[in-house]
Amino acid sequence: MESEYAIIGGGVVGLSVAFGLIGLGRRVAVFDEGDGAFRASRGNFGLVWVQSKGLDQPAYARWSRKSAAAWKPFADELFRETGIDPALRQDGGYSIHMSEAALAATLADYERLQSRLGGERPFDVLGHNALKREEPHIGPKVAGAILHHQDGHVNPLKVLRALAGAVRRKGAGVRVNSAIRSVRPGRGGFEIESVDGTVHFAEKVVLCAGLGAPALAGALGFKAPVRPQQGQVLITEKIDRFMNRPTDCIRQVDEGGIQIGASKREVGLDDRETLATTAQLARDAVDVFPALARVNLVRSWAALRIMSPDGIPIYQQSKTHPGAFFVTCHSGITLAAAHARFLPLWITGDEQAPDLSVFSEARFDVRAA
Amino acid sequence: MTRADIVIVGAGPAGMAAASVAADLGADVLVLDEQAGPGGQIYRSIEFSDALRAGILGEDYAAGGILAREFAGKSVRFERAATVWRVDPDGVIAYSRANRAHRVRAGHVILATGAQERPVPLPGWTLPGIMTAGAAQIMLKSAAIAPRDAVLAGSGPLLYLLADQLIRAGVPPRALIETQTVRNHLAAARHLPGAVVGWRAIAKGMALLRGIRAAGVERFTACREIRLIGEESATGDARVAGIAFVCGTVERRIACSTVLLHQGVVPNTQITRSLRLDHVWDDAQRCFRPVLDAWGASSNPRISVAGDGASIGGAKAAEAAGRLAALDAALRIGVIDRDRRDRGAGPLQRLRGRELAVRPFLDALYAPPLQILQPVDETIVCRCEEVTAGAIRGYAKLGCVGPNQTKAFGRCGMGPCQGRFCGLTVTEILAMETGLPHGQVGAYRIRAPIKPVTLGEIASLAGEDETDAAGTPPQNAAT
Amino acid sequence: MFERLDPSGGRPVVFSFDGARVTGRQGESLAAALLAEGFAVLRHTPVSAQPRGAFCMMGACFECLVEIDGRTVQACMVAVRDGLVVNRLGPLADRAPGDNS
Repeated sequence: MESEYAIIGGGVVGLSVAFGLIGLGRRVAVFDEGDGAFRASRGNFGLVWVQSKGLDQPAYARWSRKSAAAWKPFADELFRETGIDPALRQDGGYSIHMSEAALAATLADYERLQSRLGGERPFDVLGHNALKREEPHIGPKVAGAILHHQDGHVNPLKVLRALAGAVRRKGAGVRVNSAIRSVRPGRGGFEIESVDGTVHFAEKVVLCAGLGAPALAGALGFKAPVRPQQGQVLITEKIDRFMNRPTDCIRQVDEGGIQIGASKREVGLDDRETLATTAQLARDAVDVFPALARVNLVRSWAALRIMSPDGIPIYQQSKTHPGAFFVTCHSGITLAAAHARFLPLWITGDEQAPDLSVFSEARFDVRAA
Repeated sequence: MTRADIVIVGAGPAGMAAASVAADLGADVLVLDEQAGPGGQIYRSIEFSDALRAGILGEDYAAGGILAREFAGKSVRFERAATVWRVDPDGVIAYSRANRAHRVRAGHVILATGAQERPVPLPGWTLPGIMTAGAAQIMLKSAAIAPRDAVLAGSGPLLYLLADQLIRAGVPPRALIETQTVRNHLAAARHLPGAVVGWRAIAKGMALLRGIRAAGVERFTACREIRLIGEESATGDARVAGIAFVCGTVERRIACSTVLLHQGVVPNTQITRSLRLDHVWDDAQRCFRPVLDAWGASSNPRISVAGDGASIGGAKAAEAAGRLAALDAALRIGVIDRDRRDRGAGPLQRLRGRELAVRPFLDALYAPPLQILQPVDETIVCRCEEVTAGAIRGYAKLGCVGPNQTKAFGRCGMGPCQGRFCGLTVTEILAMETGLPHGQVGAYRIRAPIKPVTLGEIASLAGEDETDAAGTPPQNAAT
Repeated sequence: MFERLDPSGGRPVVFSFDGARVTGRQGESLAAALLAEGFAVLRHTPVSAQPRGAFCMMGACFECLVEIDGRTVQACMVAVRDGLVVNRLGPLADRAPGDNS
């Protein structure tokens, strides 16, 4: 099986990129690991979130907003291709604050960013009473929230399923159970060797392998300075309509369960959840919505997500191996639309390509002046 | 957080026997069981059995009374209605009792959570009025309630035991729809030597069959294409109204309002999976079981497994396994020495060996049929999320190679039962679709809480001492 | 249908199920009592409102879910007692739009 582009990694990032490249008429092969792989896509919370992104890097804020604005047509296209509705809702989302001071501090950050971005303020500040009108179950300890109108959420599993289906339906070769041992330049392009020994040849290669990227990156001239960050997620039984909009830590999924997340632990390659973290997440959720105290937790899991040194995506074309690209990010769901729509233009060198130089690995070369 | 030398999860035959031995050896023992009393499922409600139930349920059930009385007389802390929802590899156990969360740190843990019914996915099996054979036995044991005119469908010795119990109760089943074929008999014949050693079990089975014949209960064997038929009741809800099947060349349908399904029992591996213990696919028993040494110790030196939760062997084998596990646990926590442990072991190992001798014969004779290992496309496999066999086959075509990806693809296994009633079927379907061996296809990754628990209860454990902010417990001074 | 083998055995216990008065027996589970009184359907699934009733009676299948005191519980794991107020779980009301189940 030979192709123009080989995508290493079949999670939401790899599949979004594959989907976009296929849409530009390119021949694509995708390589994905097996059922036991770490799979950051298991940790997707489902937020399509901009309010907290790029507070110190306006280009990342713009990129996130560009992606959020492109999400609706992206979701519609996935539905047309596969009949799977990703259940996108973009009615705004909250960051919840338990004190006036925390609310004020976050507001100051948002206003500082907004002044750099220019344009109308896309967020409102809600005190406790105003918030309670929007979310009747909000608890007395909540001081207030910032409601950002560009935020929303989606069903990440349906997104993944739709992407997997669309990519296959449009003719891409998808190899599963195909962990990659090495990617080497060869025959004018790249030889991709699976752990079972089979070798695939592609003209270009896009490394979207999450935590698997560092092992392959060096040979292609990338630094890939990513590390695992464990995020734990709780999900409850399905209940009646409880929340109208998502918060950054709690949302009601389309099937009815309440999803709770936002733990961040640096524990290496350990994807085991702990009781202490589960209990803390539960307590935080009950503080925000006291009625959740009687709701049953049915599952808790931890997934290893990807962190770059500054938390901002890396998009890098190899300087030493032209035709090799490295793509990594923490917010694979928020950026899925951008990865499907705009990133492929950059990969193919289209004249409409966005300027992504801010996201290159060169920023990690900075030495003290 | 409280402490105990040995915590035993489950007060069925393995758990009761383990507790009795451990207490006699001087260990501080805590037994946790989620039911209202000891006995597990096989000796359910053993404390309260009356003459009526004793007459119906038979002498094997009555034998449980001896074990329960022994257990009751021991110096053991026994907490009833205590639902364990988390066991950590370092021996910390979280459980729920009367809507309150508790934690205990164990020097050693013996898991004796027993077995569950193998899922029997047939078209229409989710209709109200369809239950498991085990459910009917629980109703008999715990409440002296019996189904009238039930049809029993599937295979296995429990089916005959239940039929016998219903006959004695004066409510004989309408019919037995059995799936074992001549091929099963031939496969079983290869294991006759073991059956000879376990002749008592065979003799009991034959006596049950004679009784069923004498009562005039119709038996159909080598049945295929079994389907459950529903109808709308007066309230507009569907419930079961009949069972259709093919026997020989004849298509049949029997009208009934209760169907009891059974295809053997399989180890309950929810806790062992959540601990990431090593498991192996057992082709003869057609299920996963934890990898254990002769004493029941697992790949985690602090955790042992005894009874049907280790591998299916029945109540007597479970009792022996429980006693062996307790001897070994007592050594591991330093209460006895190696000689003392080994001295007690011989008779128990021999007894367990004798009890297990008949298993290969029974496993072959009553092996689950293809129609439930590879259900037809329309059959619901994941009852909680209503995912069909056909949908799962579709996921396989989209590159889904293991059960954990079926969760991502279609929520299969993500409902409240946490894969208990779909896991094995998903493994079978994916093994067929991918051509990979069952062990490689694997099983659901299971994580705590292994039973649902309210957020309020869990929140009450936040900030408790004994763990640091990163959730890492302090080093335990004991081994 | 289910019947009691010993109609006079066990102390009667009176509870309510969705407002209806139901008599059970001391020591039995809520699921057993409801089955004995003919309640084959206990709930409708949140996915597609399929009717479901008790299945395994041992706390493993989670089909016999009912609501007691604001919590979802398994009826087979609750003992009947006088004055217990039990309600059905309704189908999920007003789920978020965009769901395509």
